[in-house]
Amino acid sequence: MSELLKNIFRFILFIFVQVFILFKMPPLHRFITPYLYYLYILWLPFNMSRSGLMSVAFIFGLCLDYFMHTPGLHAAACVLIAYLRPFVVNMLISQEGADKNYLSPSITSMGWAPYFTYVFVLTLFHHGYLVFLEWMSFGSFLYFIGKVIATTGISMLLILLTELLFYRKEKFRTNTV
Amino acid sequence: MRNVFLFIRKYSNFLFFLLLQVISLSFLFRYNKYHEAAFMNVAGEFTGIINQRFSKVESYFRLKQINEQLAAENLRLNQMLKENYEGAGGPGKMIIDTIQGDSAKEIKKYIWMGAKVVGSTVNSQVNFLTIHRGALQGVRPNMGVTGPLGIVGQVLNVSDNYATVWTLLNRQFRVVVKLKIGGERGTLEWDGVSPNYVTLKDIPKSAKVKKGDSVVTSPASSMFSGANLMVGTIDEIIDDRSSNFYSLRVKPSTNFYSIEYVYVIENTQLTEQNHLEDSTRKKFQ
Repeated sequence: MSELLKNIFRFILFIFVQVFILFKMPPLHRFITPYLYYLYILWLPFNMSRSGLMSVAFIFGLCLDYFMHTPGLHAAACVLIAYLRPFVVNMLISQEGADKNYLSPSITSMGWAPYFTYVFVLTLFHHGYLVFLEWMSFGSFLYFIGKVIATTGISMLLILLTELLFYRKEKFRTNTV
Repeated sequence: MRNVFLFIRKYSNFLFFLLLQVISLSFLFRYNKYHEAAFMNVAGEFTGIINQRFSKVESYFRLKQINEQLAAENLRLNQMLKENYEGAGGPGKMIIDTIQGDSAKEIKKYIWMGAKVVGSTVNSQVNFLTIHRGALQGVRPNMGVTGPLGIVGQVLNVSDNYATVWTLLNRQFRVVVKLKIGGERGTLEWDGVSPNYVTLKDIPKSAKVKKGDSVVTSPASSMFSGANLMVGTIDEIIDDRSSNFYSLRVKPSTNFYSIEYVYVIENTQLTEQNHLEDSTRKKFQ
C-alpha cells in the first residue's frame, strides 16, 4: 500500500475511532477525556514539509471539530503540535540520520525512550493548549491542572496500547536515497 | 522591500502557523459567541449522514429500553383519556363550544414533531445531540426539544435534513423552570461536574422544597409548552447561608446516554410574543 493511501486510510480511521468509540464511552470523571486521535499527526512521515504538516493537522482537527460541534478547538491544538513536532524530533533523534533512514517516527526508528519522550512532550502540549482554550470559557485553575494531568495519563496509556497492538514495522532505507 | 521578503521567507513557517491559529481561534470564538461557524451547515449535513449510519447499528442494543419507555409513556397518556373520567349516573354530557367552530387550527399553539436522535455526546463540557429532522421538515433554531421522560434542550443549528440540539448538559445552556409544588421559578444550568446532575438556581428560601420533589417546565420559557413537562427531581438541597436563594441539585429524568427519540416543539405564536416584547422594550430605551 502506498504511503499516501495508508495515511488517508488512517485519517478516516482515527477520526471514527475517536468519535464513535472513545467519545461514546460514559465519562469516568470530569477530568478524564480519552484522546487518541492526535497520534495520527505523530505518525506522519519525517519527510513532510512543516507547512504540509500544519495543513494536514488543521484539516484533521477541523474534521473532528465538526463532529464535536467545537469548530476550531481541536484544529488549534493539532496545528500547535504539528508546528512543534520537527523541533522535538530533532532534539530527540538518537542516531545521526535516523530521520532519513526511516520513514516515520516509531519505536523502531527512534528507540523506546526517545519515542515515548517525543509522544509525552507533544501530548502535554496538545492537552495543555486544548484545556487552556476550554478553561478560557469556563472552569477554574484546579480544573485546568487536574484535567491536563489526568487526560495526559489516559492518553499515554492508550498510545502505549496502540503501539503494542499495532506494531509498525519500519523498513530500513539506505541513506543514499 | 527586499528585507520584508527576506523576513517573510525566513519566518514563513512561523507565519503560516500563526495564520492557521488565527483562523481556528476565530472559528472557535465566533462559535462560542454567536453559535454560527463557517461551513457548519454543510458539515452538519455530512456528519449527520455518518452519525445516522452508526446509530442504525447502535439502536438495536437499546430496543428493550426504548420499548419500556414507550410503554411507560403510553400508560401516562392512557391515564389522561377522557374515557377514564366518569361520574356516577352514566357518562356526562359533552358540550362543544361552538364559538370557536372549526378554527381549532388557529388556537393550537404548540406543534409537536417526532425526531430520531442520530448522534450525541456526553463527554465534553458542551454536549449536543444531532437529530434527523431539519429545515425542510419544519425545524427552526430555538425550538424546544423534549424526550419521552423529560425535557432535553433546545435546537441550535439547522441544516436541510439534520438539526443540532444543545442539551441540559451544556455549560452555556440555561432554561427557566419551576417547582411543581409551589410554582417558584428558577434557572436551570449545568456546572460541568457530573453528567448525572444539573443545578437549579434562584429558588427563594421561602419556597418549600423537599428531596424528591418534581421540577417541571414553566410557561415563562416560551420554548416549552406550558403543559408542565417533567424536568427532573430534586436530589440535594444546598443551603447557602450567605444568600437568600437555594441552590438545588436536580437529577434530570432524561437519560442522556441512551436517548433515542425526541419531540421538537414548535411555538406557533412565538414571533408574535417576541415582537410584542421587543416593541415594549423599545419604549423604555
